Amino acid sequence: MVIFVARHLFQPIDPGTPRPLRFEFDGAEITARRNDTVLAAVLASRERCGVNEFDGGGRAGFCLMGSCQECTMWDEDGRRLRGCMTEAREGLRLRSRPHCGSD
Amino acid sequence: MQTDTRIAIVGAGPAGLAAARTLVEAGLRPVVLEESPLAGGQGTRRLSPLTALHRSALFGASAQSITRREDAEDAVLKQCDFRTGTLAWACHDNRLELLGPDGFDSLTYTHLVIAVGATDRLMPMPGWTLPGVFTLGGAQVALKRHASFIGQKVVFAGSSPLLYLAAAQYLRLGHRDLTVLDTTPASGKARAFPAMLRHEPHTALQGVSLIAELWRGGVTLRAGVRLDRIEGDSRVQRLRYATARGRDMTAEADAVALGHGLRAETQLAELAGATFAFDPAFRQWFPRTDDRGRAGERLWLAGDSARIGGAEAADAAGSLAAQSLLESLGRAADAHCIRRDTRRLRKQHGFQRAMTDAFRWPAKQAATLADDVLVCRCERVTAGEIRAALATPSGPIEVNRVKSITRCGMGRCQGRFCGPALGEMVASATGDPPGRLRTQAPIRPIPLVFDAGPMAPEGDDT
Amino acid sequence: MSPALQSDVLVIGGGLFGAFTGLFLARAGLKVTLLEKGQIGAQASATNFGNLRLHGRSARQYPLSIRAQELWESYGSLTGEDCEIDRTGHLYFAGGERGEIQLRKDVETATRFGVESQLLEGALLRERFGFLSDRIRLAAFSPRSAVANPRLSTPPVARAMARAGGTVIEGCEIANFDASSGGFAVTSTDGRHFEAPKLVNAAGAWSGALAKQAGEPVPMFSAGPPQFVTEPLPHRLHPSVHMVEGDVIVRQIPRGNIIFSGYPRTHSLPSGAFTHVPPAKTLRGMRELVQCIPMLARAEVIRVWSGVEGYLPDMLPVIGPSTTTPGLFHAFGGSGGGFQIAPAVGQCLAAVVQGEVSPVDISSYGIDRFTERSEVSEKIHLEFDQ
Ligand SMILES: Cc1cc2nc3c(=O)[nH]c(=O)nc-3n(C[C@H](O)[C@H](O)[C@H](O)COP(=O)(O)OP(=O)(O)OC[C@H]3O[C@@H](n4cnc5c(N)ncnc54)[C@H](O)[C@@H]3O)c2cc1C
Ligand SMILES: Cc1cc2nc3c(=O)[nH]c(=O)nc-3n(C[C@H](O)[C@H](O)[C@H](O)COP(=O)(O)OP(=O)(O)OC[C@H]3O[C@@H](n4cnc5c(N)ncnc54)[C@H](O)[C@@H]3O)c2cc1C
Ligand code: FES
Repeated sequence: MVIFVARHLFQPIDPGTPRPLRFEFDGAEITARRNDTVLAAVLASRERCGVNEFDGGGRAGFCLMGSCQECTMWDEDGRRLRGCMTEAREGLRLRSRPHCGSD
Repeated sequence: MQTDTRIAIVGAGPAGLAAARTLVEAGLRPVVLEESPLAGGQGTRRLSPLTALHRSALFGASAQSITRREDAEDAVLKQCDFRTGTLAWACHDNRLELLGPDGFDSLTYTHLVIAVGATDRLMPMPGWTLPGVFTLGGAQVALKRHASFIGQKVVFAGSSPLLYLAAAQYLRLGHRDLTVLDTTPASGKARAFPAMLRHEPHTALQGVSLIAELWRGGVTLRAGVRLDRIEGDSRVQRLRYATARGRDMTAEADAVALGHGLRAETQLAELAGATFAFDPAFRQWFPRTDDRGRAGERLWLAGDSARIGGAEAADAAGSLAAQSLLESLGRAADAHCIRRDTRRLRKQHGFQRAMTDAFRWPAKQAATLADDVLVCRCERVTAGEIRAALATPSGPIEVNRVKSITRCGMGRCQGRFCGPALGEMVASATGDPPGRLRTQAPIRPIPLVFDAGPMAPEGDDT
Repeated sequence: MSPALQSDVLVIGGGLFGAFTGLFLARAGLKVTLLEKGQIGAQASATNFGNLRLHGRSARQYPLSIRAQELWESYGSLTGEDCEIDRTGHLYFAGGERGEIQLRKDVETATRFGVESQLLEGALLRERFGFLSDRIRLAAFSPRSAVANPRLSTPPVARAMARAGGTVIEGCEIANFDASSGGFAVTSTDGRHFEAPKLVNAAGAWSGALAKQAGEPVPMFSAGPPQFVTEPLPHRLHPSVHMVEGDVIVRQIPRGNIIFSGYPRTHSLPSGAFTHVPPAKTLRGMRELVQCIPMLARAEVIRVWSGVEGYLPDMLPVIGPSTTTPGLFHAFGGSGGGFQIAPAVGQCLAAVVQGEVSPVDISSYGIDRFTERSEVSEKIHLEFDQ
């Protein structure tokens, strides 16, 4: 039996809601609904939002309420943010790995 | 009114909001600090505008009363110094340290009410770090805040009344592939039910009708299961479990919501000087308070962060804490309110205590975790490493020292999700009750340099 | 009353001072019992910053420090275990003019004792340690300095001691001792009894009480520096870095977390149980760190901590025999630098306890050196809350 597994995790509660916002995540374009969170937008088209720094295992957020820090990502200036606590905005450029210390 | 009174309330969930309401009614203007962008709290979380479209489907007959309550809360908050997006990250010397939209700040208080709620309590299991596994509370927040289902085939697993509530909310929003795997056997629930009914008949019966709703909606419901393993290549693909009769089963799934009840968020209270006592029914450490929530000369604690009790208990506790605070200011106490809230609180706590039987924390499972199961998600520490440390001569025999040696609990979440299981592992090795990981600031990670950058608030964007 | 446990030597305090003393005594064939009120190596020896810094030490301390570094370098063979010792080198830099004067003096002193400490300025400094802010003009690098993981450092020493025939007893707080001609009778707060002809007081910041009982009180106080650790980040900061003035002491562990310590130190609670980390100090440390190493600006702090350490007026430990009570020996008061010297403290004291000549002269660490007129280190004024 072949089981279909979607290449993303989240399902928008209304699949038809327009996704007019665009931002960048690890170089790829992500679309988002108005009032979306960054994490919801990323997980609507991907299976993970980063990897654990020690064993490379995928991470995709866990608590979804700001507590576990597993949705950690960085903006283009290196600021850390939690995807689950950040509203999606047009033009954001985010990445799943830090660049702290690389300048 | 004393002019030099400065009351701070941390957390705008039911407990903090009730405290604010009581103080505002008494003519005071507390500062209310809330980390998230909106008031509301956890279970009572305000809906994302995207989810609000489904308000009546989600809340059914209660939709109107919830709207009324939220309006009343907003009216109270208008009379407070209400600061959203503001994290209280430390407390020392009667001063709160804050990180808000404009950066670091601090607030010296004369009176402090801490009402920061709870988060999910988890028992690790093989595969629980795979993408697609979320906390049970998180699955609910996914709906309310992220306007998303966590997957297409969702399993709600663990031991908590929220398993049923969350599944019902998914069902009401049109999700049609749901399974509930409850690890507490039906017999445990049957035993607990009379006590639940006695303390809170209404809520107990609501639970029954919730199960009927799930049944009618075609949700697969199983109690008394043993959760074996979550599997998948790079994400959740299935969950293996055994039924109450011992039959091995596989639930195909692309998402799992895992939860074993709630764990009080006690960190800030500890920094503010609270002391702790172990509660054997809940098998967790709660801060010590008097029966109105007073925990120190200037300190009151209310809601789930003081003792797991649910939204109604949080409301009663917040109100009582504020009454006690007013008394400490020399105001006449409102004997009627105190009697009423004390009664409400006692009922709710009795109910919750009875529920610890209906939804059991699987404490003993910690000792049986296979060696390769990750206990600490952040630092990737396995059960085997923890056991090896415990077995070493002159090795650690107390949770904080186990953490120090193994790194379990040292990561970004600071032991919030591994702490309970770590405590049980140490307890099973030593025979003592589970210990408590000590808190140090910050409550959440804070940047060396604050710089809002492109995340600066844009103003009104709804 | 249960019979007293008999030993050749009782060591009170299972920190690094006590554990190393116990190890060297056990190796010499003595029956040693190590008595620890809590768990082995869970106090200052576990919570410290982890610097095994070889330069910038007080001139008096170099011989002991050099001996200690040799022992740390053979920690693996001494204990049969590892505590993440890493020869990262140590970079001192001057934050201002006072620091520059200090630094030049320190390099001179180190060189005099044969410890390599390379003075770096201008282009050379930029080229080698470009992460330092441009406003820093002078630094000194000690290639032989190292770091270790303090949390892991003491238990292997205690286990090695046990393998050599010693006994470790945890959860045993010593309330008092009785000295008689035959030796010492020691009683724990829960009523256990221990006897031995020799007694070592290595109770860290809590040693003052036992010294006082012996009739030789010491002007020791307890404090600890505020410290913090960040989330793990890519590993970019290789040496251990340290502002001479002490405002910024920082290193990055191989897992990626950045560890910070910085003065002024905070006094411990009067009970001696704990040292708070006032948030204002954390914020100050965060700012100072970024001013010195701008590339770390985006790092996030996940936890603060400190520890309870005993400090003496000249910022040097007490190591040696009691002057009032034959058979009693002291090793305490690390004064902020005890982690590095600990193995040598243990080796020297073990020799003295056996009546042998100490491999390094420790006569200047005597407990009777404190008088009204004795010198107070300027660090006491500069590096603590006043
Ligand atoms: C995940 C979850 C789901 C739940 N679902 C339901 C449900 O569906 N139905 C139901 O009846 N009950 C539910 N409950 C229980 C119910 O929500 C709680 O009992 C109730 O909300 C407790 O109220 P509280 O005021 O104590 O805390 P909370 O409601 O948790 O409020 C605490 C508030 O404090 C804020 N906060 C926390 N830390 C800080 C800080 N350091 N600085 C600033 N602000 C801070 C949080 O953002 C939050 O808004 C749920 C609980 C949880 C944890
Ligand atoms: C935050 C901090 C950072 C530091 N950084 C460095 C550094 O980078 N480099 C460096 O070289 N040094 C550093 N130090 C100093 C160094 O940690 C100490 O000097 C050293 O660990 C002292 O070891 P000790 O064995 O004397 O004390 P401890 O490790 O404190 O051991 C004393 C032991 O005695 C036990 N005890 C006390 N009373 C009794 C009793 N009555 N009965 C039984 N047992 C008792 C205690 O429980 C404790 O385990 C730092 C110290 C602190 C606090
Ligand atoms: S998912 Fe846990 S903090 Fe964002």
